[in-house]
Amino acid sequence: MTTTVQPKELKLKELAKGEDRFVHGHRMCAGCGAPIVVKQVLMATNYPIIASNATGCLEVSSCIQQFTAWKIPWIHSAFENAAATISGVEAMYKSLVKQGKLDDRNVKFVAFGGDGGTYDIGFQSLSGAMERGHDMMYVCYDNGAYMNTGIQRSSATPFGANTTTCPAGDAIPGKLQQRKDLTRIMAAHGIPYAAQASPSNWLDLMKKVQKAFEIKGPKFLNVISPCNRGWRSKTDDAIALSRLAVETCYWPLYEVENGALKITVKPKEKKPLTEFLKPQGRFKHMFAPENEWMLKQAQEYVDAQWEHLLKEEAFWTEAKK
Amino acid sequence: MGKIVAVTGNEACAQALKQINPDVCAAYPITPATDLMQRFSSFVNDGKVDTELVLVESEHSAMSACIGAAAAGGRVATATSSQGLALMWEMLYIAAGTRLPIIMPLVNRALSAPLNIHGDHSDGMGARDTGWIQIYSENAQEAYDNTIQAFRIAEHLDIRLPAMVCMDGFIVSHSIERVEYIDDADVKKFVGKFQAVHPLLDLDNPKSYGPLILTDLYHEYKRAQHEVMTKVPKVVLEVASDFEKMAGRKYGLFETYRLEDAEMAIVVMSSAAGTTKDIIDQYRDKGVKIGLLKPRIFRPFPYLEIADALKHVKAIAVLDRADSFGGYGPLFMEIAGSVMSMASKPAMINKIFGLGGRDYLPDQAEGVIDELIKVAQTGKVPAVKEYIGVKE
Repeated sequence: MTTTVQPKELKLKELAKGEDRFVHGHRMCAGCGAPIVVKQVLMATNYPIIASNATGCLEVSSCIQQFTAWKIPWIHSAFENAAATISGVEAMYKSLVKQGKLDDRNVKFVAFGGDGGTYDIGFQSLSGAMERGHDMMYVCYDNGAYMNTGIQRSSATPFGANTTTCPAGDAIPGKLQQRKDLTRIMAAHGIPYAAQASPSNWLDLMKKVQKAFEIKGPKFLNVISPCNRGWRSKTDDAIALSRLAVETCYWPLYEVENGALKITVKPKEKKPLTEFLKPQGRFKHMFAPENEWMLKQAQEYVDAQWEHLLKEEAFWTEAKK
Repeated sequence: MGKIVAVTGNEACAQALKQINPDVCAAYPITPATDLMQRFSSFVNDGKVDTELVLVESEHSAMSACIGAAAAGGRVATATSSQGLALMWEMLYIAAGTRLPIIMPLVNRALSAPLNIHGDHSDGMGARDTGWIQIYSENAQEAYDNTIQAFRIAEHLDIRLPAMVCMDGFIVSHSIERVEYIDDADVKKFVGKFQAVHPLLDLDNPKSYGPLILTDLYHEYKRAQHEVMTKVPKVVLEVASDFEKMAGRKYGLFETYRLEDAEMAIVVMSSAAGTTKDIIDQYRDKGVKIGLLKPRIFRPFPYLEIADALKHVKAIAVLDRADSFGGYGPLFMEIAGSVMSMASKPAMINKIFGLGGRDYLPDQAEGVIDELIKVAQTGKVPAVKEYIGVKE
């Protein structure tokens, strides 16, 4: 027996009435982006969800001893394996439904991980799960460093950033490498759906989640998630900063559906990258006169990436005609 | 009455898994366990089992997927060897700490470096402290029987712990032996229906798995895990008793051979026990009172029961197919732990043998017994730990 689930209407008034599935009482820092991302993902749908969680801020702060902020079945096992763990849960569901031991209730399987657990140590596990074609969605909340262990550099850390393992020193001024472009790498797995989202553009994010849940197979969603501790920004700036990330094209909002790329939110006016960098203490040293080259290099990289995206979107628009 | 077949250890284990029909298997190939899951994959693709097979990209993910699947609420199995077990190490603790009854045939193989694909117990001994139940098998028949019993032991509601069923790589996994298979229906009945405890798939009663527990309760959590382990021997014996009723083959926490009236004992696990029994027979014919003790359940280790079985001997030789560098062999340390409780303590020697698949030959067993006779006569131990079967 399969249960049908009614789609959720994405209107603030309706959403406000819904029951939260990730609730208050968790111990995330004030102003953290991650719980906002989780709430938006869970709020976007009426489907029953089972989630796995990589070790990290979200995990250590949301389930401590006998307390849990999760109103859905949730499992944490280790750092590098949220994708493999949820793939096991999904396999058991599939097996029991197939054998008639369990009703098919249209359960959706989601893995949550930070950028460390996704881009770096969990990359193999994620890549494997995507290739195997599990019916699951991986959601990365990308705050651009190992924030849980105290702001260490990850492969998602942006160029120039000052972290505790790539500090802005006298000889080496912060991180000198560009970010790994994980969303494109996941799209290159040939999965049916990969997208980037931002909590500032909640409607865009929720639409992506809704769309992803209607697609059978592996899905990947990369969401920017400001961390005021690591970004050295104001406590109440998470949404403003994630909006600036979108408006400067540092964090473009796009989706790759069956290979075809579409930019879902285009800034009316592309703002200079410095507007995103300036409010964050982690980039402060880049504004020193001797580090002007860093600002230039960071801007050039964002421009090149954005141009590339536009070209690719144009290709797919043309191809669809 | 079951069917008598000529099969390898891997084949026998694959047959046991087929008869048990787990809901999910997640596995990654590694010599010499590859062949086991390969055979099982054929059962899956030929529709002979209902198992959802998850062919992961590493052993770390194999155990992670098994953990997810077991927490979801169903019967789960995998298999591995050597480096594969080493890569799983982190997840082994999590499987046990989360109390998930996952069954894993471990085809024992040496650990690198240098790289070696052949049998010894380095892998299993390295996983000694992970919280898994460990059962060692002498031959293909035992590997088959132990696999079937392991599900009952691990899934027992008083236990709910993962279990490894160990057999010697190549020596048992790839050698063809006479094995008596039990009828499918009997195995099914013996293992019974899986009972899920707090399954993740119970959507109406959502559970959180894997919390953070710090200084205030972690210690208590671990003590609880220790207490569960102390309940295992009773369950092992109950399951063995039921198994004997079904299959006619008797199992215990360990096996003894001509030990009752022995003055000396050899303690050795797995396939080497077979060779040793033969040599013991030869010495018995010459009037030498020697016997054997073969541990079956290595974790939890039955210290007191073994002490009772060995209490009358004057000298013990413990043969380890693994080394703890800078320490005595791991099995020796356990037997020394047993001896500690004895009123009069026998002299003990420790021989490291058969590493990386080096053959354990009759002359090695003879050498050990000859030395043991002297140790028993004089009470003197020239060297506690020594490698045997070494090319000088």
